Amino acid sequence: MVSAERMADVFVEVADTLVDEFDLIDFLHNLADHAVSVSGASSAGLLLADQDGTLHFMAASTEGARHLELFQLQHSEGPCLDCYRTHEPVITTDLLKEKGRWPDFAPRAIESGVRSVHAFPMRLRDRVIGALNVFGDESLPLGPADVKVVQAMADVATIAILQERAISSAEVLTEQLQGALNSRIVIEQAKGVISRDHGVPVDAAFAALRSHARNTHARLVDLAHDVVTGEAAVPRA
Amino acid sequence: MSAPHDADAAARYAKARAQIAGEDAGELDGVVGLLHRLCRSLTANLDITGASVILMSSGESDGVAAASDERSRALGELPFSMGEGPCHDAYHARRPVLTPDLREVPGGRWPGYASAALSSGVHAVFAFPLHVGAASFGILDAYAEQSGSLSAEQEAMALTFAQIATEILLDGDLTTPDGQLDPGLSTALDGRAEIHQAQGMVVVDLGIDPAQALARMRAHAFASGTPLIELAREILDGLRLRDDDGLNLD
Repeated sequence: MVSAERMADVFVEVADTLVDEFDLIDFLHNLADHAVSVSGASSAGLLLADQDGTLHFMAASTEGARHLELFQLQHSEGPCLDCYRTHEPVITTDLLKEKGRWPDFAPRAIESGVRSVHAFPMRLRDRVIGALNVFGDESLPLGPADVKVVQAMADVATIAILQERAISSAEVLTEQLQGALNSRIVIEQAKGVISRDHGVPVDAAFAALRSHARNTHARLVDLAHDVVTGEAAVPRA
Repeated sequence: MSAPHDADAAARYAKARAQIAGEDAGELDGVVGLLHRLCRSLTANLDITGASVILMSSGESDGVAAASDERSRALGELPFSMGEGPCHDAYHARRPVLTPDLREVPGGRWPGYASAALSSGVHAVFAFPLHVGAASFGILDAYAEQSGSLSAEQEAMALTFAQIATEILLDGDLTTPDGQLDPGLSTALDGRAEIHQAQGMVVVDLGIDPAQALARMRAHAFASGTPLIELAREILDGLRLRDDDGLNLD
């Protein structure tokens, strides 16, 4: 668990959506990173639901976490989905014991080096808009206090998303979610462009994209868009 | 992507396609005729005043491709003459801009547009981008005389119509006259990452824009009877599409 001071910084950042250029995808990527630092996990991933209640992959701290989120969606099985359906955290300290519960997901996650997985609903009162997953390389015991902290962070992030610019209207959520869904596509397209341009696998292309966005203080999706339309290029590593 | 309510989304898509096919296109044919029918069936489906498809490039309006009626056509041309409007914002932000009451536009944006639209009797405008990632075609505008938000079901339906309008613009002549698509093609916008990664690769391989790249992939899949997802995986594995319709394995 991190220091109280660092924790305070994390909460301030997670609550801060009142910036001029708020972008849900950037915000969720940062949230995934924060979930990792707060919980001591090795990676994290996030799913959000659209107006139909259909879950979509939104952000992950690593490509491995991204694959595990997509795997859960493709197989309709896993801790993130259970968490979304039940509205409750799913705490799994040892995946080896959960092969019966998730016959597809558990072996796949173990094969990729994951031993523990916890999922937290992103909720505001009775509404759940998605779920946050944290993955651990080892059996990661999350005590009741740790669970509360990560859940609190997910709650604050949810409130921040829903009340962006202090307009808690359904319109804003739809606009943000639909924008984020398209941003995901822009990022995948940019990965393809960089992969061919640099002659590297798509995972390495994403790392190059993210690193260049950070170095130039650009929003990930804006850089990705300009890469796809040929208005920007990402330097070779 | 499979998830709890995928069946709803599939049913909604099939319903919208069938309604568009059932509309009368009048004298219009081809892509314009299809978009005209799409505007009319969206209007009927949502029980709103009208709809228009505004084509845009580089943030400028290229004109109204289709509209459900004359007033909606005029409303679609309004942002062009005013130089402002929700369609510009939706295009640049690459997300819907939903305005349930034009008398209360957040931030007082586009005052000229709002005032002109209000004087034509329209109180709510819902602008949905027609795009796939960085490939943007324009905006589907829905107009309502009554102010007020769309219901969740109306919103989902409008998004489905926007997806179909995007497919119509992508596929052009591949669409059959009755508005039906090869079933393999209609899965193209299902959000699978491989398809969009492959699209980025075709942008580089052929030196074309992202809309052309996806259109080329869809045309190729259609012509060769290959599911688009399989073609995408072949491209990820190194297959390069050529300028002509043949294939070149590197």
